[in-house]
Amino acid sequence: MKTLMLGNEAVARGLYEAGCCFVSSYPGTPSTEITECAAKYEELYAEWAPNEKVALEAAFGASLTGKRSFCAMKHVGLNVAADPLFTISYTGVNAGLVICVADDAGMHSSQNEQDSRHYARAAKLPMLEPADSAEALAFVKLAYELSEKYDTTVLIKMCTRVSHSQSVVETDERMLPEQKKYEKNPAKYIMMPAYAKKRHPEVEARTKALTDWAETAPVNRIEEGSDRSFGILTSSTCYQYVKEAFGDTYPVFKLGMIWPMPEQKIKDFAAGVDKLIVVEELDGFIETHCKNLGLSVSGKDLFSNIGELSQNTVKEKLGKKAPAGVTIKEDIPARPPVMCAGCPHRSIFYVLKKLNLTVLGDIGCYTLGAVPPLSAIDTTVCMGASVSGLHGFVKAGGEETAGKTVAVIGDSTFIHSGVTGLINIAYNESNSTVIILDNSITGMTGHQQNPTTGYNLKGDPCTKIDLESLCHAVGIKRVRVVDPYDMETCQSVIKEELAAKEPSVIISRRPCALLKYVKHPGPICSDPEKCKGCKACMSIGCPAISMADGKAKIDATLCVGCGVCEQLCKFDALGAVNKGGTDK
Amino acid sequence: MMETKSIMIVGVGGQGTLLASKLLGRLLLSRGYDVKVSEVHGMSQRGGSVVTYVRWGDRVYSPIIDKGQADCILSFELLEAARYTEYLKPDGRIIVNSQQINPMPVIAGTASYPENLVEKLGALGIHVDALDALALAEKAGSSKAVNLVLMGRLAKHFDFTKEEWMDAIEHSVPPKFLELNKKAFDLGQSA
Repeated sequence: MKTLMLGNEAVARGLYEAGCCFVSSYPGTPSTEITECAAKYEELYAEWAPNEKVALEAAFGASLTGKRSFCAMKHVGLNVAADPLFTISYTGVNAGLVICVADDAGMHSSQNEQDSRHYARAAKLPMLEPADSAEALAFVKLAYELSEKYDTTVLIKMCTRVSHSQSVVETDERMLPEQKKYEKNPAKYIMMPAYAKKRHPEVEARTKALTDWAETAPVNRIEEGSDRSFGILTSSTCYQYVKEAFGDTYPVFKLGMIWPMPEQKIKDFAAGVDKLIVVEELDGFIETHCKNLGLSVSGKDLFSNIGELSQNTVKEKLGKKAPAGVTIKEDIPARPPVMCAGCPHRSIFYVLKKLNLTVLGDIGCYTLGAVPPLSAIDTTVCMGASVSGLHGFVKAGGEETAGKTVAVIGDSTFIHSGVTGLINIAYNESNSTVIILDNSITGMTGHQQNPTTGYNLKGDPCTKIDLESLCHAVGIKRVRVVDPYDMETCQSVIKEELAAKEPSVIISRRPCALLKYVKHPGPICSDPEKCKGCKACMSIGCPAISMADGKAKIDATLCVGCGVCEQLCKFDALGAVNKGGTDK
Repeated sequence: MMETKSIMIVGVGGQGTLLASKLLGRLLLSRGYDVKVSEVHGMSQRGGSVVTYVRWGDRVYSPIIDKGQADCILSFELLEAARYTEYLKPDGRIIVNSQQINPMPVIAGTASYPENLVEKLGALGIHVDALDALALAEKAGSSKAVNLVLMGRLAKHFDFTKEEWMDAIEHSVPPKFLELNKKAFDLGQSA
């Protein structure tokens, strides 16, 4: 049956059809829906792991026991999972093991735009790169065949435009491969030096065998063109841009497997065209390979290694005219993402700013605390870096720094990799104050459960980690819980913990305002008679509040009635409808 | 061979643009076209400017719409229509909800919301079809039905039958809100 599927949904369908039995992932845009969709198939066991390293190691364990297994992550997640990645390259697999990594060129929702293809080369693992949903599905099935035939973990590299584009796929039935058994094999699975030394040559031989396969593999295909002045070597979404721009004009070599790449086939293609052009996003990965083969090639001399490409870019950089549109002669104000109305993070950041603290931030919705008017965050690096960074900041900065600096980290991010930083704070005794913004969900990626929520990926109740006990257990004696909507208490607790001469954790606890089970009192209104136009309520950056004719105005379609702005109004102009306001 | 057609759906994160593209994609697929629908998830959904691309034809390659390529822009908000005109073909059409949602720089007072945008759009030589979709959605029973009002308006430019639209709506919205959404669609089409 033909159906429209997101690239991510098609990966999940591929897992189902390939007889995959075990999926363990950590959410991250643009990879999240793969695991969410996989969880909808009853036949697959799927879970959210606390982080990507745990997910990959769990998937490796499942492969060892004889079940086809999988994990998905965003590009930066593969950094977290890199430790097991490089060594399971040596051990190989039992049943097939596939890792899907989704890059985010253009940084739609990421802190960097690293090119994950380098990992395939560095870890000596094959990597497939689909260009649409149909290929995503087919490549997952191919990945399991390659994984078992060549005794290797296989990487599938997605990107935002493949992950988050729907295109037409034809589905098939689920086929369960022959069941494999676990057999003890120390020389293959125990990577201590004596055994690992013997495995490394096997890895090199495997890459050689896969290079041979790549020479004739149908996924590396050449599409003929009428004009041989250019020959274009490309892959992934760039293939689509090239075909959109030029149709069948130039010969196109589309790589489905990005590592290892064929050698003779590329040389032959280059020999048949006047000029070899590589069209690829981010780094010149394919181009470098061509140069290593001694070929004369154009690539990053034409195309930027920053951001995404498009059909127009491809046309323009190859000297052809691209279509253009009309622009309005007007300054169009930007519309950056904002914290939602009622977001429990907003008031905490207001307090932190008011206290003029240095705030080491982390990865999640709360990164939005960095933008005006709150402007309350000083750093954002990677998952967990707020907590470990704070330790170094106050340890090296001394007592004066300790009283003026905090870390903020979400519940899911804290479990992902904040807890190890907290252990360091306790163990090496820095006078750090960590604020856990516990909104009882993984928010930014679209509401995924995590070990602190009490529910698993399938939505079933499960063991819930108690954050207070966890903090106590690692050696933090001072653990306080506050309601972020109560700003006065928040302020006094933060002051007390900063003044204390030992490490502390403040848990700011209130569920995400967008969670369905959260009941709100409903919109408040403003009283123009009482409003003096002082704009105190504007300092929290709530999208529901604006100024009209010098008075505060509440947008009733957005306001949920959290009451935070009411606490800022000295003139009692903001409040519930029954307080006598006049806004609609 | 049929040339690829492109509709760009733009709006503010949380306005329901994804439902509109889902509905349209389903409808076009049922007509036997090759279809691609491209979305951006994650951070931009938090009240930011959001864009969805819908493309169809005999063979669609790129999942995205580039400058000067859109046959139509369906805009859920006025400022967003102005932001993306560059993506429209010179003879393209903009269907725009005249509702204004202030972005944070305007709320914070560091920028101002441009005035008379509907007239300024019209002066570009493109086709502009502006309607107050929020008022019509409220008339249908909920401010959240803006997306179906706009789908109704868009339907005027397609040759799909009423039955085909209704079938696509039934498959894309929860049963509880079906009547409300159908009403919103009708209001958009007849307004």
